[in-house]
Amino acid sequence: MISKRVQKIPPSGIRAFFDLVLGMPEVISLGVGEPDFVTPWRIREKAVTALEEGYTSYTSNKGLKVLRYNISSYLKRRYSLKYDPEEEILITVGVSEGLDLALRAIINPRDLVIVVSPHYVAYPALAELAGAKVVYLETSFESNFKIDPAKLSKLMKLNPKAIILNYPANPTGVTYSKKELEHISRIIGRKDTVVITDEIYHDLTYEGIHTPFSSLGKMKKKTILLNGFSKGHAMTGFRIGFACGPKDIIGAMAKIHSFCMLCAPIVSQLAAIEALRSHNEVASMRREYKRRRDFIVKELNRIGLTTPKPEGAFYCFPSIDKTGFNSLDFAKKLLTEEKVAVVPGEAFGKAYNKFVRISYANTLENLQEAVVRMERFIKNRC
Amino acid sequence: MDEILEILEGNARITAEGLAKLVHRRPQEVKRAIKQYEKKGIIVKYKAMINKEKLRSERPVIALIEVKVTPQKDVGFDDIAQRIYRFPEVKSCYLLSGTYDLLLVVEGKDIHTVASFVAEKLAPLSSVKGTVSHFMLKKYKEDGVVLVKEERNKRLAITY
Repeated sequence: MISKRVQKIPPSGIRAFFDLVLGMPEVISLGVGEPDFVTPWRIREKAVTALEEGYTSYTSNKGLKVLRYNISSYLKRRYSLKYDPEEEILITVGVSEGLDLALRAIINPRDLVIVVSPHYVAYPALAELAGAKVVYLETSFESNFKIDPAKLSKLMKLNPKAIILNYPANPTGVTYSKKELEHISRIIGRKDTVVITDEIYHDLTYEGIHTPFSSLGKMKKKTILLNGFSKGHAMTGFRIGFACGPKDIIGAMAKIHSFCMLCAPIVSQLAAIEALRSHNEVASMRREYKRRRDFIVKELNRIGLTTPKPEGAFYCFPSIDKTGFNSLDFAKKLLTEEKVAVVPGEAFGKAYNKFVRISYANTLENLQEAVVRMERFIKNRC
Repeated sequence: MDEILEILEGNARITAEGLAKLVHRRPQEVKRAIKQYEKKGIIVKYKAMINKEKLRSERPVIALIEVKVTPQKDVGFDDIAQRIYRFPEVKSCYLLSGTYDLLLVVEGKDIHTVASFVAEKLAPLSSVKGTVSHFMLKKYKEDGVVLVKEERNKRLAITY
């Protein structure tokens, strides 16, 4: 009964492990892909008031005009990016929906899509559901999980329809300097390939400043910029993202969105308007994440789980090679013996079963205790 | 504010070694910095924050007392403030702008203790022109810490 497209998507090999974690109380979880902060009160309060005032209807398909205009001026202020709020911005239900729409809007059967690996789990799945064939651009621990320009050039010869870039990245925390991005853009720029960039972690950049891909020379007309409020403003449950791009692509995405989603929830859109009024909380959360990153990276390297220093997001992706375990066994044993949860690296690409993803979106006290437990685990078992 | 102070303000019990790891300095350096802060009176004291609401039978009575005073020549408010804050019943004492001058936080074992402090010690002072007492009914939040129901992030234990 199930379509071939869906059947083709392999079931997650680590679903059972996730269930194990969810069924175990008292775990220190370094496996969470969302902030440990609750949404700032002024934003929640706005949502409560919106409900009280009776904001319970649909909005226009593209999203509230005020929100689109505010996003437009925010992007201009922060990144000198100019997007027309009427035709080049679409409010989506999180970046996830934006990504799905972007792929469905541009992919024809058997088009190639490049996914940089290790990758967020949704990228290959959504590309395949849209009918594409996925080609992986593997990155390695040795090159700090950054894109190798030579490998990219080689894959570009296959004339891919699209490439999905994600920086700061989940699961590695990798991000790129403007210079590095310019290099990448020169390689991609030679082709008609559409660049889909997931920049949801842009607010959580610890070294240097974030450069949106579409701000690079000539890239705007071929880039679909996906972003949102989930990570920076700790608003994951509100499910608000936005897509910016050339008007024909945004128009096509809006068409699909108007049929499958109608619009993003109005209360969440109003909360997002409030979120944009200040970045003070974002700045203080970023400071806290940075402190945790500095701590966890130093400690992981000390106890033998070598990791490059991530420059953004709230993840690091240490190697567990020295322990002799593969990532799923490591994660299972660490969970049952020390009650610390991490995500096995193989969830982010088959080749990464000698790594685990550690999320430091957790309190310093928990991170400290987790390090003590992991150190004990490594001493006892490896 | 120095990161060392910021961290200590949230957790005074952190060890110098623990703190050193967070600020990327040697424990010796951190200890030295703390000593300096103590010497300069920037770090005044290390104390536990106690939720007395939960002490039930021993729960003290707290009153916020507005005091209107006549400032004195040369010393202004400092002299009268000192006369008042030296009473051990006075837990905090602030000079404010507005309709009254001093705001006191007064603690006593019951309402009578506080009332008699006001009637017998505070009000009779010659510089005190008047007082208004507000008895505290419930503490919701103190020094940035919510004392009632803890706000909890309800996220799942593991997600991509």
